[in-house]
Amino acid sequence: MKTDFLKFVRKEFLHILRDKRTLLIVLLQPAVMLLLFGFAISTEVNDVRVVVVAPNLTDGVKDAVNRVAANPNFSFCGYISQNEVDDVLRGGDVAAVVVFAADYDRRMMQTALGEPAATPVQIVVDASNTNIASSASAYLQNIIAGTASAQSMFETHLLYNPQMKSAYNFVPGIMGVIFILVCAMMTSVSIVREKEVGTMEVLLVSPVRPMRIIVAKMIPYFAISCVTLAIILLLSRYVLDVPMSGGVGGIVGLSMLYLALALAFGLLISTFASTQVAAWLVSAVVMLMPMVMLSGMLFPIENLPLVLQGVSCIIPARWYIAAVRKMMIEGLPFSAVLHEFAVLCTMLVALVGLSLKKFNDKLE
Amino acid sequence: MKENVISVRELTKRFGDFTAVDRITFDVRRGEIFGFLGANGAGKTTAMRMLCGLSFPTSGSGTVAGFDIMREGEKIKRRIGYMSQRFSLYDDLTVWENIRLFAGIYGLTPYRTKRRAVELLSRLDFRSERNTLVGSLPLGWKQKLAFSIATLHNPEIVFLDEPTGGVDPITRRQFWELIYEAADRGTTVFVTTHYMDEAEYCTRVSIMVDGEVRALDTPAALKRQFAAESMDEVFRTLARGAKRAE
Repeated sequence: MKTDFLKFVRKEFLHILRDKRTLLIVLLQPAVMLLLFGFAISTEVNDVRVVVVAPNLTDGVKDAVNRVAANPNFSFCGYISQNEVDDVLRGGDVAAVVVFAADYDRRMMQTALGEPAATPVQIVVDASNTNIASSASAYLQNIIAGTASAQSMFETHLLYNPQMKSAYNFVPGIMGVIFILVCAMMTSVSIVREKEVGTMEVLLVSPVRPMRIIVAKMIPYFAISCVTLAIILLLSRYVLDVPMSGGVGGIVGLSMLYLALALAFGLLISTFASTQVAAWLVSAVVMLMPMVMLSGMLFPIENLPLVLQGVSCIIPARWYIAAVRKMMIEGLPFSAVLHEFAVLCTMLVALVGLSLKKFNDKLE
Repeated sequence: MKENVISVRELTKRFGDFTAVDRITFDVRRGEIFGFLGANGAGKTTAMRMLCGLSFPTSGSGTVAGFDIMREGEKIKRRIGYMSQRFSLYDDLTVWENIRLFAGIYGLTPYRTKRRAVELLSRLDFRSERNTLVGSLPLGWKQKLAFSIATLHNPEIVFLDEPTGGVDPITRRQFWELIYEAADRGTTVFVTTHYMDEAEYCTRVSIMVDGEVRALDTPAALKRQFAAESMDEVFRTLARGAKRAE
């Protein structure tokens, strides 16, 4: 019986290898997503075009403008007069305008001495993109005020991701999504395809045990996911410079657990979907959407309404992403994610139980 | 009288209030070609699924290849072949890969697989198509291949569920030659069909109406019994009384 199982595994590999386009997508997608999120799509504020209104070009003003111009987040585009402010912002060429008071130096001095003074600087920001607006104004305030008034009230330390690279944040999220995509979606579609085409019936009439058919189907997708995992880890480490100081072993171990979970999900979907299209839709709408929205991949869970925070607890990706974030970015050891590990284990047991039961019920 | 390879008594299948198969009783003898006829919805497929172990009977009893359909489904599965009305091979595998896969499923050794494959390919005149993807073969060829693969392991009984649906008359004729060859080798053929001309080729024919077997005999005897010219007329006489719409 062992050999017929291996024959099944070989058959599944053949199915996948024959379908070159899908295989290519599955293998390239993680790399493309990772590089897109890592380099192209970014929540960082970069290259914000700034112009300055300065009635008197005093040393203090020049000093402040130089600091802004030197900052890589901003590009300084010259001086304009007060009545041009509205036009340049409307024109969209410029995202922020810094307006210095005529007696900027005096007002700064008074502020530094703790005397009451009128505001020395005004920052006008195009807030049509709120993200850029708030980050840019915060940056500008820091740059201009920070060093001018010699003593700063706060000293901020950014831990784990000192350069505030957003790529760091996306890597665990992408892993969470890709594995669900490859394992759950592809397995369910491949099982349902056999039902749809009619070959499943022939297999069920044969002496092969149904469970073997299913397990044989999962093995190639599991293997592909392992390759994907390796690609993601290599790219993260050597291209995106994600630190992973906590060691790779924990991440790999946890990912294996998550892969198993995704496979069980796929089996569950295949038990109630009767066409490939249905399997795709269920995977995409029921699984992928809430996962992207509620897993903390894009939006912090703490910002969600309480009800959705509750819902997010039953989404495996939430726990997986949280754990990977801890190990990958914070560099914590595996012992720090035992809580998430336990939750995922419980989910796995429940899901495998449920999908096996459903699967056996459906056979009749 | 030859021995019975399928023997069914009062076999019934209910889905809720609906009785799909209503106390059917019949025997199939070794080596015969048994035509299992009935309009759509008459319960043919459900009955056949019970015989193949795909579905549990609600009540009644039966044996297939000498094994109890209630308790020994696994043993039955090793001794039967099955070909469904939908095409049942893998389109994205080659002819040879399909043969190898199904041979493996039925536990043929690699040596026997190879021998049977050569035999099969030369019988079908398929030798040059060994490495062709099944998906690119014409439908008629696929059906012949599917039948040959269903009988690869020399099953005692082969179940054919509307095997010739959508196939042109010439290929249908060739397909029936394959069925005759299999019967000559001692394989019992249990076949459902919509084509009444095919019913004439069967050794014996049963006709199901509304979940019951209403007639069972050789085509010649049935025609005499219903004073009909053809099987088509016999079938129409019986189906006229059907209550279930399609």
